[in-house]
Parts: sequence; C-alpha cells; structure tokens
Amino acid sequence: MHRYRFVLWRPFQLLPVLFGISVLVFVMVRSIPGDPARILLGVRSTPQAIARIRAQYGLDEPLWLQYFYFVRNLLQGEMGKSIIYRVDTLKLIDSRIQPTIFLVLGSVLLAVLIAVPLATGAARYRGRLADHAIRLISTIGLGLPAFWLGIMVILLFSISLHWFPVSGYGSDWAERLHHLFLPCLTVALALSAVLTRNLRASLLMELQNDYVTAARARGLSENHIFWRHVMPNSLIPTINLLAVNIGWLIGGTVVIESVFAIPGLGQLLVKAIISRDYMVVQGVVLVFALATVAVNLLADLLTVALDPRVKL
Amino acid sequence: MTATQSVAAIGRRVLPGGNTLTVGIVILAAWVLVALLCPWIAPFDPISQDADATLLPPNPAHPFGTDNFGRDILSRVMWGTRIDLQICFIGVAFPFVLGTIVGAVSGYVGGALDTLLMRLIDIVLAFPFLVLMLAIIAILGPGISSFYIAMAMVGWVSYARLVRSQVLSLKHRDFILAARSLGYSHGRILFFHLLPNALASSIVFAMSDCVLVLLSGASVSYLGLGVQPPVAEWGVMVAEGQGFITTAWWITTFPGLAIVALAMGFSFLADGLGDKLGARP
Amino acid sequence: MTLLRVSDLTIQDRLGTALVDGVSLSVDRGEILGLVGESGSGKTLACRAMMRLLPGEGLTIRGGEIRLNGADVLTYGEKQMMAVRGREIGMIFQNPASHLNPVMTIGRQIAEGRRRHFGASRREARQHAIELLRQVGIPDPASRVDNYPHEFSGGMRQRAMIAVALACEPKLLIADEPTTALDVTVQMQVLHLLRDLRDRLGLAVILITHDLGVVAQTCDRIAVMYAGRLCETGGKREVLGAPLHPYTRGLIECQPSSDGGAGRMITIQGQPPLAQRFPAGCRFHPRCGSATAECASVQPEMRVEPGADSHAAACHHAASVVNRGMVHGH
Repeated sequence: MHRYRFVLWRPFQLLPVLFGISVLVFVMVRSIPGDPARILLGVRSTPQAIARIRAQYGLDEPLWLQYFYFVRNLLQGEMGKSIIYRVDTLKLIDSRIQPTIFLVLGSVLLAVLIAVPLATGAARYRGRLADHAIRLISTIGLGLPAFWLGIMVILLFSISLHWFPVSGYGSDWAERLHHLFLPCLTVALALSAVLTRNLRASLLMELQNDYVTAARARGLSENHIFWRHVMPNSLIPTINLLAVNIGWLIGGTVVIESVFAIPGLGQLLVKAIISRDYMVVQGVVLVFALATVAVNLLADLLTVALDPRVKL
Repeated sequence: MTATQSVAAIGRRVLPGGNTLTVGIVILAAWVLVALLCPWIAPFDPISQDADATLLPPNPAHPFGTDNFGRDILSRVMWGTRIDLQICFIGVAFPFVLGTIVGAVSGYVGGALDTLLMRLIDIVLAFPFLVLMLAIIAILGPGISSFYIAMAMVGWVSYARLVRSQVLSLKHRDFILAARSLGYSHGRILFFHLLPNALASSIVFAMSDCVLVLLSGASVSYLGLGVQPPVAEWGVMVAEGQGFITTAWWITTFPGLAIVALAMGFSFLADGLGDKLGARP
Repeated sequence: MTLLRVSDLTIQDRLGTALVDGVSLSVDRGEILGLVGESGSGKTLACRAMMRLLPGEGLTIRGGEIRLNGADVLTYGEKQMMAVRGREIGMIFQNPASHLNPVMTIGRQIAEGRRRHFGASRREARQHAIELLRQVGIPDPASRVDNYPHEFSGGMRQRAMIAVALACEPKLLIADEPTTALDVTVQMQVLHLLRDLRDRLGLAVILITHDLGVVAQTCDRIAVMYAGRLCETGGKREVLGAPLHPYTRGLIECQPSSDGGAGRMITIQGQPPLAQRFPAGCRFHPRCGSATAECASVQPEMRVEPGADSHAAACHHAASVVNRGMVHGH
C-alpha cells in the first residue's frame, strides 16, 4: 500500500526543485547585460520582432510577471525561436534529442557490461594481482579526459583498423548503431572507472556481512552466495550511484558529441553558446536538468522496487 | 616465491593500497618542477612558429614532434603545465573556500537558513555539472576567467554538503559544548574549534576534485570556451590537433597523456591521503 | 550414540597463539550440550571449526580431530564440506537480523538450502518452507513465507533462522548465543522450541552461551571453556551441583540468584586474559583463589572425577574444591 502511495507522491515532492530549476534558467538569461529582447533575438533583429517578443515575454512588466510569462510559454510548448535556425527551440530539441538519448543509454549499458565483471573479479580476488591491476586501471580511468580518449579510440578503431566510421550519425538503424558504438564506448570507459571502484567497494563491504557467513554455513556454493546474495545487495547502492552520475554522464555526452560530430543536444548546446543563440542555450539546459531530475526519480522508484527495507 | 607472487608483492607496494601517497606526491612534485623550470628546460618557445618544421613526427630535435605551425609539442606540453596546474589550483580553491563557509554556517546555524541553503544545493545539483557550467560561461562569454567563475558557482555545493554534515556531527560533541560553556563567541567556536576538525574529509575530497576540475577545464578549453589559442593549454592542443589526426597523431596524443599523468598524481594523492586520514568523502 | 566427537582441537592465529587449545568434546544424538564461557574463551571459534568456517584470515586448525559419524571432517575437501554444512550440521546465530539476507524473502532463504542439498523443485521447496515455518511456530506461515526479514519481530526472526537451519534436516544444530539478543519471555520460547525440536526430531544441539541460567533450563550436559581451554565437562546436575573447577564455581556464584535471597553478587576478580598474554600453567590461576605454585607452572590435564563416569575437570586442586563445595553446601 505504502509503496504505491510513494510512487504517486514522489513526483510531487520534486515540485520545489522543478520550480527552482525554472527560476535559475530564467534568471540566467535575464542576467546577461543589455536589452533582453535584443539578446534573445540577436543583434540583427527587426523592430517588429523586438516588439513582438516584448509582448510575448512581458519584458516591460515587473520581473515576477516576466517569470510567469516564461513559465506560461513553456507550458504551452514554446521555448522561443532560435536566431540561427529560425525555428522554435522545442522543435529543434525534438529533432536532436534522439542521438543523445541513445548515446546515454548505450554508454550506461556498455559501462555496466565493463564494470560488473571487473568489480566482481577485483572483489573476489581481493589483494591478488587481478585486484591490484583492476584498481590501478580504474584509477587511471578516472583521469582520462573523454574528449582525448574519444580521439584515441578513433585513431585506433577507425583510422588504423577501419572498423568504425570516424564521425557522424547515419540514416538507418544499422548505420546509427555502427556510428554510435565508438562514442558510447568512450563515455562507457570513463564511466566504468567510477562504477568499478564503487561496485568493488560495496561488494567487499557486503562480503563482510553476517548473512554471507550464514549462507556459507548452509553449504551454499561461493558462486551462489556471490550472485544471489552479495550482488543484489550491492546493486542497490550502485543504481543510486548511476543516478548521481547521470549529470556527469550528460556532461560527458556534450563533449563526446562534439568529438564525434554527432548531431545531438550536446553539440547543439556548444554551437548555441558560441553563436550566442540564448533561446537554444536556455532550452537545452532546461531539458538536460529535467532529464537529470527524471533519472533520479526513476532511480528512487527502482530502489523502492528492489529494496524491501526502504522506509517510506 | 613464484613470478606472479613476486609481481603481486611489488604491486602491493606500488599500486593503490600500497604506498599510494608517495607515488602521488612524486608525480605532482615532478609536474610542479616542470612548471617552474619550463623557461629553461623547454627546448623551444611554445608560441613561435616555424614554417620550415611543420607537422614533423617525433625525432631527436622534437621528441614529441611539431604541429601544423611548426611549434614544438614537447615545449608546448611543458608550458601547458603552468596553465593546467593553475586551472586545478584556482578551480578548486574558490569552490573550496565558498563551499566550506556556506556549509559550516549552514550546519552551525541550522533552522530556516539551513533549509534554504540545502534547497539551493538540491537545485544546483539537479543540473548536470558541465552543462550548468557551460550555461554560466555562455552568459559571461568564453574565456578562462569565465571558467573559474562558473567553477566556483557550481563546485561549491559538494564542499558545502561535506562540511555541513561534518559540522552537524561535531556540533554536539563534548569539546564544542565545553567551548560554549566557556563563553566563546559563535564565530570563534565555528572557525577555530569546529572547522579544523571538519576539514579533513573536504581536503581529501579537494584532491580528488582536482581531477574533476582539470578534466572540466581541459574539456571546456577543448570545446573552445575556456583557454583561448594560441596559449599552450593541453585541452586546446588536443582540439588543435584533432584536424590532423589522420596524418599527425602526435599533436593530440602527447597533451592528452599529460592530462592523464597529472590526473593520476592527484588521484593517488587523494587515495593515499584518504587512507592515511581515514577520511573518505 | 556419539554423533560428533572433537578431540584435541587446536586453533592458532597468525602469531601462533592457540586461541583454542586441545579441546575435546562429544555430542550424542538427541542431546543438548551447553558450551559455556565468557566472550573470547574460544567457544564460538571451536564450533566454527566444526563447520570449517573460521572467521577472519590467518586462523588455522593446527591439530586434533573432528569426527562426525566416525569420519574426520578435517580431512574433507571443500566440496565434501559443503555437503556437511547445512545438511549434517546446521547453525544459528546470536543476531538473526544481520544473519538473514535483508533483500531476500524468508521463504527463499529457507528454500535455497533445500534446493541445493535435496534438488527440490521451487514449488516443493516453498511448500517445505511453509511447513518448517509452521513447525517453528510462526503463525500464518503460508503468507509469512513471502515476508522479508525486517517484517519479522526479533523473536520471529530467530525462529525463522532456526527454520532456515533446519531446512536440510541436519543431525546437529550449533546455536551460537541464540537468545542473547532477545527479550526474556521470547528467550524462553526459543529455548522451549529447541528442546521441542530435540524431542521430536532427535536433533543434537550445541548451545553456546555465557548464561548459566539458559544452560540449567535447556541442556543435558555442560562443557565450560576458559581462555581457549576446556575447564570442566559433565552432566548438568553434576557440574552445576558440584562444580570441580574454581572457574565453574565462580560462574555459578556470580549468577544472580533466581530466588533473590542473598542479594549479594559474587564476581570473579580480574579480567579474562587477552589471547597474546595467556599465562603459563593453568590459564585461570591469576584469578583463582586456591592457586598454588604448581598452578602457575604446570598445565593441568582433564581428569575424570573418581566415582563419576563423565564428570571431568582440568584443575590441580579439583578434589579440594569439591570438598570446599561440600562444606559450602552444609
């Protein structure tokens, strides 16, 4: 009973954070010195356009009313027109969001596929050579700059081995998968360093627990104990760790999209910053923040589903 | 003793868990030395161009090769140490100071102020770290000082949370109650009694945060929003070399390796310090 | 008939200190043996050795035999040991909350062993789990089987852990301080359950405890350990009624009397020694009122009391202690 109520209530508890995000994004663009209408429309804007945007955003009204207009426009699905692309930012985001989503999902999947075996090996052979090697590799991995790693991966797999395309996105699914593999691998390598370290630590902590001794005293095999008892207990904190890292992961994709020239939100953001296309900057930042909140919400719900102890 | 055993024994000494702190200090000391001595030890000027020596692969005169302007990569990597160490230092110092003060006050005062600051932290944390930083840089305009400001505005939250939780756990200990019963002022108790005890874990965190700041600074510069060419910064150098990746791999490879090596120094230092102080943030 | 016979068991730590030194014990089918001692006396360690599950690194079994149905388990390989654990010897622990996996249902933890040792199907194992929960006195077992440990009360958790240990029908149950963490009324219920299981299933039980009250209520025989060595063994009545070893006598005297008569609590002076500083000779001699020069130099052997068939003690002055005990009794 409690569980269902939690699932329904949790999103409402996030309302203050969502409010805060919208205020921060609103304040951010308004804090640029100069006439907001000109800033939002670019330097070469017509007087008519300026008049129109003044009315739409209530730029002559007090600030709180301007915020109200901003939110109203958002709820109506209008984020304002891009000065470069001449379309509404929301449309622009809609057309660019797919590669980014696949990049994030693919990276998480690959990172888990890399980290779980490594952390398992390190934890089960604690103090042996394998453990030291894995710890050293993951410590180095923490310091790998994603953009450079991406280029090195291109150098090896695309230029020397010709296995994968150098950059771009592709038009059909097979091609997209082919194009996205290297970018995903790059982000995954960096992410798996964090994951491996933390999963190893939580596996080692769980292995110390009394229920492991009790399971051994029942004659269960080490494999059974590890996969059925220790791993499920360690995965709960790891899921939360993934959620905490989603912001970091999105940051990584912003950089990686630029390295591999993937037409996603990250590349859109960087180009918008350089060309001072503030409507687009505002829109993409907002979408990334909402995505982060959504992923954390999902992790909360997943924890509730997986951990029977959670007090609601 | 078998070969694997002896390798494992050496491993325990050198690898994490062994003498990590020493390894970290040695790596960092080497970099600081390079930064200090680069005017004398760098074989070439980092910015002057040489039209006769463009895109040379590594050779005895240019051990790391040259770029498309004929600049010596080794010299640029050496000079870059100054910029990147500065990025680490300033990029960590501002958030550290700001976050420590906010966290300490928030935890000590408590009440509505604490609630308000915690809400603010929740909101800042709702944004992806790098994205919020890029947004702030977008407002301020590209450049390294914008990066520092953005770093301070985004990075303080981690320190604030860490210090706040430490202060909260120390606040009701006997020695603080004793100080209060002696009639010391709140400011004195907070900054002379509480903070020194609360700082250990945030100092360890600052060391590992150096890695994050270094990578962020290099990434922002790589994207063209931080340090601007022709300054020799490692991220900028990687970006400059990317266009020549098919023909001149050395332009991007060596600055990247420099980033990895510096980051490793900080990682080892953080790990070793964490083990020594028993403080794992 | 003897089910388990431990002879001359010695367990050393990395420094070579004998944490368990030459301990010999035996348990018959359908018998409850109380293994008594303070914490650090090696009683838990000795029992973990029977399972070949020594806690911590660096602890090794240095000598002796542990014969289960006549076969020495110390010669078993890991595979053979896995067939012993759970199937031949079951184990329950002091703190059921931490010894049960928090994210697995009680039913699945009971069923696990059944499936492993008996190859039972999921459905059979579940039915069996419900039946076991009924046997250990969990009300409404059919719905409780799907509960998680945190949804059980402390006493119910201990019952559940007993059910987990009984899933594979072991002949011997090692119960390590099973009632220490429980309320007094719940303690009684759990002890009653153990006796009941012994009567119904012919189960042998080794009950590790520091509480002589628990022993007096539950056990048939008693073994007392001090600083890694056995001090005294024998039937419950003999050991409690006419203790031979000064340490046993001290333990009995420092129990709060149940009739509340004396109002005076006698304690044994001093602290039990740390493992690295075990004294020479009799390890109890620094705290013993009747110690002599012999006690400080010569380690006393276990000697059977003349006239009693199984009452034995390791004390140079066992006889005089008995005399004093008898004087005391007048």
